[in-house]
Amino acid sequence: MTTTAFKEPVREAAPGTAKRAPRRTGRIRRAGLPYLLLLPALVLELLVHLVPMVIGIVMSFKELTQFYIRDWGTAPWSGLGNYRVSVDFNAPVGKALLHSFSVTVAFTLLSVALCWLTGTAAAVFMQDGFRGRGLLRALFLVPYALPVYAAVITWVFMFQHDNGLVNHVLHDQLHLTGKPSFWLIGDNSFYALLTVSVWKGWPFAFLIVTAGLQNIPRELYEAAALDGAGTWQQIRRITLPSLRPVNQVLVLVLFLWTFNDFNTPYVLFGKSAPNAADLISVHIYQASFVTWNFGTGSAMSVLLLLFLLLVTAGYLLLTSRGRRASDG
Amino acid sequence: MRRIRAAATGAVTLSLALAATACGGGSATGGGSNDSPRTLTYWASNQGASIAVDQQVLGPELDKFQKRTGIKVKLEVVPWSDLLNRILTATTSGQGPDVLNIGNTWSASLQATGALLPWDAKNFAAIGGKDRFVGSALGSTGAQGKDPAAVPLYSMAYALYYNKKIFADAGISQPPATWDELVADGKKIKAGGKSVLGAEGGNLAENIHHVFVFAKQHGADFFTADGKPGFTAPKVVDAVKSYVDLMAKDKVIPTGDAEYAQNQSVSDFAKGKQAMLLWQSASANLKSQGMSEDAYGIAPVPVISGTPGTGTQVDSMVAGINLAVFKNTHNLDGATTFVKFMTSDEEQKILNKAYSTIPPVKSAQTDPAFGTPADAVLKNTLATSAAALPQVASESQFETAVGTAVKDLFADAAAGHAVTTDSVKAALEKAQQQMPAA
Repeated sequence: MTTTAFKEPVREAAPGTAKRAPRRTGRIRRAGLPYLLLLPALVLELLVHLVPMVIGIVMSFKELTQFYIRDWGTAPWSGLGNYRVSVDFNAPVGKALLHSFSVTVAFTLLSVALCWLTGTAAAVFMQDGFRGRGLLRALFLVPYALPVYAAVITWVFMFQHDNGLVNHVLHDQLHLTGKPSFWLIGDNSFYALLTVSVWKGWPFAFLIVTAGLQNIPRELYEAAALDGAGTWQQIRRITLPSLRPVNQVLVLVLFLWTFNDFNTPYVLFGKSAPNAADLISVHIYQASFVTWNFGTGSAMSVLLLLFLLLVTAGYLLLTSRGRRASDG
Repeated sequence: MRRIRAAATGAVTLSLALAATACGGGSATGGGSNDSPRTLTYWASNQGASIAVDQQVLGPELDKFQKRTGIKVKLEVVPWSDLLNRILTATTSGQGPDVLNIGNTWSASLQATGALLPWDAKNFAAIGGKDRFVGSALGSTGAQGKDPAAVPLYSMAYALYYNKKIFADAGISQPPATWDELVADGKKIKAGGKSVLGAEGGNLAENIHHVFVFAKQHGADFFTADGKPGFTAPKVVDAVKSYVDLMAKDKVIPTGDAEYAQNQSVSDFAKGKQAMLLWQSASANLKSQGMSEDAYGIAPVPVISGTPGTGTQVDSMVAGINLAVFKNTHNLDGATTFVKFMTSDEEQKILNKAYSTIPPVKSAQTDPAFGTPADAVLKNTLATSAAALPQVASESQFETAVGTAVKDLFADAAAGHAVTTDSVKAALEKAQQQMPAA
């Protein structure tokens, strides 16, 4: 900066160069402008994501309990203590975390698969124009548009043992169960959670796949039909391969959302979820805000973050390799 | 360029400063001041049938306070399910109300955070002295040997509410005094097509209150003398099992109640579907649901021997609400004045009448308004056969951990799985393992 300031008057003194100097400053200004424009976003990103994340990581190395939350800076350091407790699968805390992790993995895989299947099936079905398609499409998106709390609370009412609609239909009307089942407590809670999650998640898959379908040229289908390909063959040979890039992003996003979903289990079961539906997000919440072991809760969050980063990186690597291979 | 750099430096500095402030936590060691003497923020717990009812009850009293002192009280009624989390957040950020209601069983847990103003001799003197309050209520205001963290505001006790008509139809002349009698009565009641006893199997705090009383009746304690969790002691296991057995073995609690957590059992009782209810100060709630006062009777909660009393014949926890002051309030004097107002004889009578609770202030308790037969049972229970939940720092965690264990056991019973000594012990062992290391 000093050098420039020193040089400028010298240049101004030389004839013919006077005009160039302001242009140079202008160029510098123009070069700096994008950064300036980025600044608000950068500052907000720092505030909203980075700072809490760093605080969370610091907390995970501290023995943070109710005795220190008022002034958490003074909590004693515990080194890797919280991490050791979290991954010691022979001890109670680690064992419970592992259980919750397995439940979450099973739940996520099932939920994502069902969301994708339902969404894709609906999108393919809706591909051809027919009377009332617009209305049906809007109806399909209702679960996606509803506020989570309102939607899940409605499910809570429907799942109730004595007066719920689910038992009324399954038991009273269809006689499928010997006696009314419990859905919000005990082992069935897993299926209740899965049902709500799929109901809530598939419209998003439907929306994305519908968008993806619009990009497939109709001629491909016409040509295939001329060659004698049936509907199923068209789906297998044209629709699915063309949707591959869309599906790659869709599955990843659905996976991350479902794995981290907190609202659905929390509204369904409250702060103490049944064992069968003990998702990791609520489990960590419980460790932090119910038993007030904030240090351990933070360590669990960091471990979860690392796991999700690893899965995402692995997935992206795998799918990009697959794409390169298919492109080549 | 220089301007850009200056702007960048400024923005980053600002963002860091903002971040540092947003983190709070780091410097919430303030001891309170009188910087804003004209206003107070008050978080009231949801006591009435709804938040609107609370606003109707408290509004005129707060106006009265403003007329007398010139201090405006900003009221927020917080639902029970949110209250503990809200207090915790306020403790962390240092941005809380000036005065707040707390569940009396949380006193020691919240005291341990250091966020509440200790009620030492000087502070108590400012509100008329410790002697004004009933002993059992003072027993739930913080850890023993420390200055209380809060002041009692409303007192409650559990009682057995029974439907007179259902009892008469079943040929039962008086309410059961022992658990055996209750089970025997249950058979007659079920023969008439009604359910016997209500429970809130999914409500963690309700579960805790009941298993605590059962433990006392079995001569057991959830915490050892030095404040460590002792959930797996054989007598504790027996006590928890005998409570869950009311559904699993004795079949007096209907299986549907295993998932109740929104006071549905109170509604079942008010609608005349169910013969009995173990509840604390239910009168106002029953009235709001249209059940007339002469339709039900109130008796002490059954015990093993039939005669409630001190020691192992405890039939209720000391239930109630305390009033606490946040240590870093900006209106310390105003907050103390407000506590004095709320615990004055006059306000105690008005508020406890509205909520059908018992005043923890002795002089207010003698008012004839609290002399009904129902109040007599509650007052007698509080005076002779109620015990305070353990006043230990990890009490709130205990409520969640053991409350969840009981909820899971009820779920097992409802699904028809056997509830055995081993399964109860396993559930309690898991709860104990979840407790924070002291």
